[in-house]
Amino acid sequence: MTAPASTQTVDLAARFPESVTADTRPGFAGFIVKKENLLEVATAIRDEFGYDLLTAVTGVDYLAENKMEVVYHAYKTTGGPGLIFRVQVERADPVEVPSVTGIWLGAEYQEREAWDLMGIKFSGHPDLRRILMWEGFEGHPLRKDWKEAFFEEEVKPFKSRWPDGQHTYAEFKNPFRDNLSFPENFDPEKYEPENEKDLYASLENHTLKGEGGLKTDQIVVNMGPHHPSTHGVLRVAVTLEGETIMGLKPVMGYLHRNHDKIGERNTYLQIIPYTDRLDYFNSMSNNFGYCTTVEKLMKIPVAERAEYIRVIMAELSRIQNHLIFIGMLMNDLGTMYTPSLYAFEERELILDIFEAVSGARMMCNYFRFGGVVRDIPDDVLQKIKDLVVERIPAKTDEMERFLNDNEVLMGRLKGIHVINAEDAIKYSVTGPVLRAAGIPYDLRRADPYSIYDRFDFDVAVRYNGDLLDNYLIRFDEIRQSLRIVEQALKGMPQGPINSQKPAYQVRVPAGEAYGRIESPKGELAFYIVSNGKPNPYRYHVRPASFVNMTAIEHICRGSKIQDFVALLAMLDIVMGELDR
Amino acid sequence: MENEKLSLPNYNIPEDIQNVVAITTLDRLYNWGRRSSVWPLMFGLACCAIEMIAAQTARYDMARFGMEVMRPTPRQADMMLVSGTVTKKMLPSIVRLYNQMPEPKYVVAMGACASSGGPFKEGYNVVAGIDKFLPVDVYIPGCPPTPQALIAGLIKLQEKIDKQSIKTVRWYDKNKADSNYVPMPILGPDLIDVRRNEEYKKAAATKESAS
Repeated sequence: MTAPASTQTVDLAARFPESVTADTRPGFAGFIVKKENLLEVATAIRDEFGYDLLTAVTGVDYLAENKMEVVYHAYKTTGGPGLIFRVQVERADPVEVPSVTGIWLGAEYQEREAWDLMGIKFSGHPDLRRILMWEGFEGHPLRKDWKEAFFEEEVKPFKSRWPDGQHTYAEFKNPFRDNLSFPENFDPEKYEPENEKDLYASLENHTLKGEGGLKTDQIVVNMGPHHPSTHGVLRVAVTLEGETIMGLKPVMGYLHRNHDKIGERNTYLQIIPYTDRLDYFNSMSNNFGYCTTVEKLMKIPVAERAEYIRVIMAELSRIQNHLIFIGMLMNDLGTMYTPSLYAFEERELILDIFEAVSGARMMCNYFRFGGVVRDIPDDVLQKIKDLVVERIPAKTDEMERFLNDNEVLMGRLKGIHVINAEDAIKYSVTGPVLRAAGIPYDLRRADPYSIYDRFDFDVAVRYNGDLLDNYLIRFDEIRQSLRIVEQALKGMPQGPINSQKPAYQVRVPAGEAYGRIESPKGELAFYIVSNGKPNPYRYHVRPASFVNMTAIEHICRGSKIQDFVALLAMLDIVMGELDR
Repeated sequence: MENEKLSLPNYNIPEDIQNVVAITTLDRLYNWGRRSSVWPLMFGLACCAIEMIAAQTARYDMARFGMEVMRPTPRQADMMLVSGTVTKKMLPSIVRLYNQMPEPKYVVAMGACASSGGPFKEGYNVVAGIDKFLPVDVYIPGCPPTPQALIAGLIKLQEKIDKQSIKTVRWYDKNKADSNYVPMPILGPDLIDVRRNEEYKKAAATKESAS
């Protein structure tokens, strides 16, 4: 086991006395950078201080103070704590902040999201269009003064839904009896839709030019949003020259369910079931990430037994996620159904355990602040033991034996380059894809949370960064997860399962927290700003799928269209998390 | 379906040809054929789609009901399983898929979101139920419905098919031919349902006079 990196943080204010001040608000950390000096300071943060991985860029709208803030979270791929820096600007529509895409390419989609939802214009951004909503949508929904069509009150619980109040349907309060709102004097017949000319213009701008030789026509093909192998409702506009992908732009937001906006209306406890529906394969991991973040903010301990239960559940979740990944990859490569049927067979057994402890197969809603909601019965513990000691290791070996001796599969996977280490870091790619490129960056080891520092496990890492390594690393991770679960089962103490009393409302002191965990897809993080009220003031999810997608253009440009599906599968995206 | 259910027992068939001749109504024969091979559109929207996949795997095995042939193209599908949250951005694509499906076609709303918007109903990008646009035949409750619930819902659909008659179904009725086609909604400042244009204009006019 390697020791975690040192916890020493840098003093940015001493290095840039004129343009940087420390953030002194209670509960907040990090530095406030002057807008004009942002790029200079950011370059120094990356090059001088070594924070090479920019994980999150997000905006916060401080309506009362008439300010908007862009918050950046940068980390080192060698491990250790991160650096928070922020830019504050006067509130306007739109506000303008310089883009950091020139320094960290991984900021590209996150900045687009901040533009779409908060109305923050990033000057110097190569392709600033809306990303989750469509072009032509009215307003920036995450601004605090923007109200949705079914708006009832600022925060829950709504009085109209209280038992002694009069109950009415949201529809009756809307002039259209529907989830709609139009600007004043809107005439639908005179409206001209945008017809996505921006999308195609941007696609053309980011297309490789053919290099002499034969003169060929380029064609634009749209894949999705209804396509059997885009893993959900993702759409990709591709420019092809023959079979080669010359340019590509993903179009997302087809499953944008307004997670952040609904989250800001909810109380802290009400958000937990919503997090289940983020990455719907791994509701346990999502719960884990969210509860860890709120506990950080509340500064409460987690019950000892609950810590072990959490680790067991999160690792079981990882195992079933990777099994499904392997099964679905085979589907995408044309080995229709048989391998995925095997994968689903094992997944069902793990879901049985989730159902036994939480009552639901997929949407577990199992974690609470300070612990978990129910204890694990002894017979279920025995079931887990049997599963991780006997069945799953044997089945993983079997799967590996059957699949990896297959010449055709190896032919499809070997040597097809996904991404190299340097680019992966630049694009803020995390999770198995980063590790398959040779960077042993696993948050369970690099920035340990919960009780992962107590277990003996190896960070799975492979070095070629091709499809084969990306695929094999999933097997490695299943084996490491099995090791962790086995140790957790042995070490699990008796005792209470929650350090707090059950409560409908929790007291969360004012401040901010950025909590991150290693979800099966990469770094899943939550950024929460509390103002001491029962609802979060700002609630932001930093999903692994979404940020990993930033690299998709870089990964796919120049490769063949038939490999595209496999390359997309390697990122292991899930639309619930990607679009939120 | 067993022979007894398909053929009408009231007709007197001579005993020596009973095993080669069966008498039935066209409706019964036609419904029997359709209900036993409802091909769903291979179409997943959100979380429910994962349970839809689980329903097809070995443990639940939807194939027992003749519904395992998932078709990615709407031209070959009989049933659209709306499995997940319908967002405004996605809706034009869903309506287009529905319009491209040949009749007879059925729509099953799987889960709370497709039925009513579910937990995400208040969201600005969420359509509160697919039934605002498409005629839904069966609603399946749950978030997400378990595979068992999904199969129960599909059996309900089969029961519904059993009761239909060629004479009355909307897709063979000249007067109702329009109901097979839903006009495409437009993505404007908000979702524009072109069937309700008059209503929007009226609302804009009253707003104007009020201000």
